[in-house]
Parts: sequence; C-alpha cells; structure tokens
Amino acid sequence: MPAATSTVISARPPGRATSFAARLRAGDEAAYLITFMSAATVLLVTGLLVFELYKNSSVSRAKFGWSFLATSTWDPVAGQFGALPFIYGTVVTSALALLIGIPLGVGAAIFLAELAPPRISDALTFLIELLAAVPSVIIGLLGVFVMIPILRSVEPAVKSVLGWTPFFSGPFYGVSMFSAGVVLAIMILPFIISISREVILSVPGDQREAALALGATRWESTWDIVVPYAKKGIMGSIFLALARSLGETMAVTMVIGNEPKIHESLLAPGYTIAAVIANEFTEATGDLYQGALIELGLVLFALTIVINGLARLLVMSHEKGTG
Amino acid sequence: MSFHLARRKAVNVIMLSLTGLCTLFAAGTLVFILGYLFVHGAKSLNWNFFTKLPTPVGETGGGMANAILGSAKLLLLASVVGVPIGFLGGVYLAEFGGSTFSFIVRYTTDLLNGVPSIVMGIFAYTLIVLPQKHFSTLAGGLALGVMMIPIAIRSSEEFLRNVPLALREGAMALGASKSKAIWTVVVPAAKHGIMTGVMLNLARVAGETAPLLFTSFGNRFWSPGWEQPTAALPVMIFTYAVAPYDDWHQQAWSAGFVLLTLVLAVNIVARLILSKRVVAR
Repeated sequence: MPAATSTVISARPPGRATSFAARLRAGDEAAYLITFMSAATVLLVTGLLVFELYKNSSVSRAKFGWSFLATSTWDPVAGQFGALPFIYGTVVTSALALLIGIPLGVGAAIFLAELAPPRISDALTFLIELLAAVPSVIIGLLGVFVMIPILRSVEPAVKSVLGWTPFFSGPFYGVSMFSAGVVLAIMILPFIISISREVILSVPGDQREAALALGATRWESTWDIVVPYAKKGIMGSIFLALARSLGETMAVTMVIGNEPKIHESLLAPGYTIAAVIANEFTEATGDLYQGALIELGLVLFALTIVINGLARLLVMSHEKGTG
Repeated sequence: MSFHLARRKAVNVIMLSLTGLCTLFAAGTLVFILGYLFVHGAKSLNWNFFTKLPTPVGETGGGMANAILGSAKLLLLASVVGVPIGFLGGVYLAEFGGSTFSFIVRYTTDLLNGVPSIVMGIFAYTLIVLPQKHFSTLAGGLALGVMMIPIAIRSSEEFLRNVPLALREGAMALGASKSKAIWTVVVPAAKHGIMTGVMLNLARVAGETAPLLFTSFGNRFWSPGWEQPTAALPVMIFTYAVAPYDDWHQQAWSAGFVLLTLVLAVNIVARLILSKRVVAR
C-alpha cells in the first residue's frame, strides 16, 4: 500500500545551478525518463486492454446493443447471443462464495488477530496464505475428484432438510452452481483472512483495553469495539475477494456443469462468464460468435474494475483513518 | 444478574471457539490439499513423466516432458516482458514519483492486478494471435508477462522504499548524482527483496491456466521455436482432468503434484528469506 511518507529527494544540490546537459551526463534525466516510461507502460497497457476489448466486440455490440445483457438465449448455431445466463451464474456463485467465505474468513481473522499467540498466529497465517498460492486448476482438480463425490454423499441429508426451498430442489448431478460456490469460497478465504487480520491487528490497543476495563468479555470487546473499528478495511477485503471470485475461471469451469440456462435451484448446473470464455473461445467460428465472447470479457472486465476500485478505496480510507 | 453474566460468559466462550474452528477449517483445507495431492500424485509419478511425450489415447505410459519445457519457455518470455517494466516502474514510484501521477499509476497497477486472468488471455489473443492467425508460445508468454507487471511494480517499489533514507543521503553527500545513488546504492541494497519478489511472481503465473487456453493453446508434441502452439503444465492438467479417461486422470494428478510442489517450494523459500531479512534488520 502506498506509504504516506515520500522519499523523494531533490536531484539538484541546493545553491548550484545545474544545466540540463550536465544532469543528462550524470544520467539523472535518462534514469528519470526510462523509469517514467516503464511506469507509464502500466497506463498504456490498461488503456490498450480496454481499447482491444471494445474494438473486437464491435460486431456483437452493433448487432445486439444493450439487449445483449438482458436476453438469455445462447445459440451459436442460430447466431443468437444473450449474456444473461452467464451473468446470473457469475453473480449467484460469487454470492454463495461470499455467504460461506465471509463468516469463515472474518471468524478466522478474529481468531488470528485477537486470540492466538503471535507465534501461532504467524505460522497459521503463513499456512493460509500458502493456500492462496495453490493454482486454480489444482483446486479444480480436487473439486472434480474429491469435493463433488463428498457433496453427492451428503446431498440426500441436505435435501431432506432444505429440499422444500426452490434453492435445493431438483436432481443433483454433482456439477452445479453450489459446487462452484463452495470451491470459490475456499479460494477467497485466504484473501479475506490475511487482509482482515492485518486490519484488525492495526486497531489501537487502548480500544480493547478500554472495553475490557469497562467489564466487557473478550468477545464483546472484539465484536462490539474492535470489529466496528476495522469495518472499512474488512469490507475492503470482502470486495477484493468478490472481484477475485467473479473472475475466477478454471476451478469454476471444472465443477459448474457448463449449461447456459438459468435455474433457480443451486443444485442445478450453470455457467459463468469466465467459464464460457474459457470453454468456447477456441471453437468460436465467425466474427459474431467471437465478438460476443469478447463482449462478455468486456462485461467481466468492467465488473471487476468497479469492484476492485471500490475495494482499494475502502482499504485506503481505513489506512488513512488509523494513521 | 448472575444469569445475565453467565449468558455473556457462555457467548464469549462459544463465539471464541467458533473463530478457532474457522481458522482450523482454513488451515486444514491446505493440509488436506497437500496430503491428497501427495498421496495421489506421487503414486503414479515416475521418470517417464519428465522425459516422455504424451501417448495417444488408449496407450498407457508416456509423460509430459513437452509441457514442462513449454511452461519453462512461457515463464522465460513472461519474465522478459514483465520483470524489466515492473522493476523500472517500481524504481520510478519509489525514487522519482511525484504525487498525482504516482497515485494514478499505483491505482491503475492495482486495478490491472485485479483484471481476471481470462481477460488477459483475450488481450494477448487480440494483440498477437488475431493478426498472426495462429496460436503461439509468444502470445502465451505475453499474456503471462502482462500479468506479472503489476506485482513486479508494487513489490519492487516496496523493497526500494524499505531502504533507509540515510543510505541515499550518504551516497549523495559523497557527490553521487541521484541516478548513481539509485543504481549503485539503493538498488543493490534492495536486491534480495526484489529478486524474491520476482520468484513469487513467477510462481504465481506458473500456475495460470486461463490466459494460456487460447494463446499458447496446447500441443501433444515438442514445440520448436517461439512461433508454434505449445503445451504447458497447467493447461495439461485441465485437459487431462476433464477428459473421460482414467489413465489421463492419473497423469493429471501427477502433473498437479509436480506443479504444486514447485509453486509451494518457491513460496516457502521466498517467504522464509523475506522474514529472515526482516528479523535481521
């Protein structure tokens, strides 16, 4: 995160006028220009990325307009493309991931920051952050061959309790939006935990001491004082996690079932934006088909940019708030 | 009153134990992943995996030598694209940056870091595959390289900032120009950190599958040069896992085991180096 203190020192010794040529000879201007250009490359790449996505989706944008986002027919043979099933699948799986991931993640962060002795907390955080380094395709591999059989075996029990709701109705084949949500929850856990833990650790100690001195229990001081104090930062970590889960591709593709239909039941297969791009891009024949997939990429890009932008602002404002 | 107190104490104990359970679950997941992959992947791992090409469907045996080499080539290309831009950009932010422009660059860097990897794949596809009309190692390398830039910038900046201001002042007091102070004093002081950052960055993109699907594509044979489609380890895992053959599933486990071992080994070593340096200071 950007440190508030700036370490810029003037290149020019005070009281001595240095000509541009002299500075150039000393390499200052050259170093400045080269590093400036590298930094500017980031802006260039981002701009180019937006431009390419926009340009290459023009066929599809011209044909479908805004209705692309609101229609739900995806029929490459007939040349009909509507993004709604994918947007639905993306939103539902990410919401499910947050539903599972937030309590687990924030709970673990509270334990690591407030309760665990520093040494144990560091070791466990190390382990949990390693979880973030596991490639998505490997999570998917385990999802297909380990998690889905487990979910299949517990499904009858879950259904007997919750089967009356529309969310848990219908047959269950293993690959489903529910499986994708669980996989995503596991993948976003490390992000929620490590950022929230940092944020909670940065809450000043006297907040806790004051609460405890007033007779609050450990939990009350944590839940009523520390967590509200760290609220913005925790929200930031949740938004970051959300952005990640929206764009997550491989693990989801492997367990969601890849069916471009809108089902009410979480046990039914679905499809996400990232997954349809991954599956169909290489076989997309014709400009319209490919344009539609690139437009989906543009939608995904816009979605994650907005959420990431919000998340960064939240984390930044927390840092400013606690100094 | 004492009932009220007892209730508060009970809530205290219950909620605090629940947070412990959450932690246990998160850490347990990693241990489970490691354990499961180790048991299943190591079982069918043999020397052929590292030296042989994939066999046609139906024939057992064979390996993924081409995918291992392919991944290495992709990572080399990615470093050529990502590391210099990232490092120099980091130097700018840490040493030269003003306020507004640096803020914009930092913010954009963070946003670029959050762009889904599959979108990066589309980006490289439109830049290289579309004009050339064929998949290539080059396109895959570019996709991974662009993904490396944001983290390379932010980690270089952070390690350069950690170098004490006194070192810069000392160098300049001896008459060094600012650029000389940077290249001969500040950068060498931050060298280990920056290199560790590069290692972590490489470990991250080594596992990326989505951006390679339609850039480097895949290949069941060796891929000479840089202009042809190439196999890569993560893409092979995906292809083999979703295929309906048991033999391929076994190979996918082996590949997963190799990939995860490499990625985690780099992560563990890098983090140990970093934490040791922090303690030493």
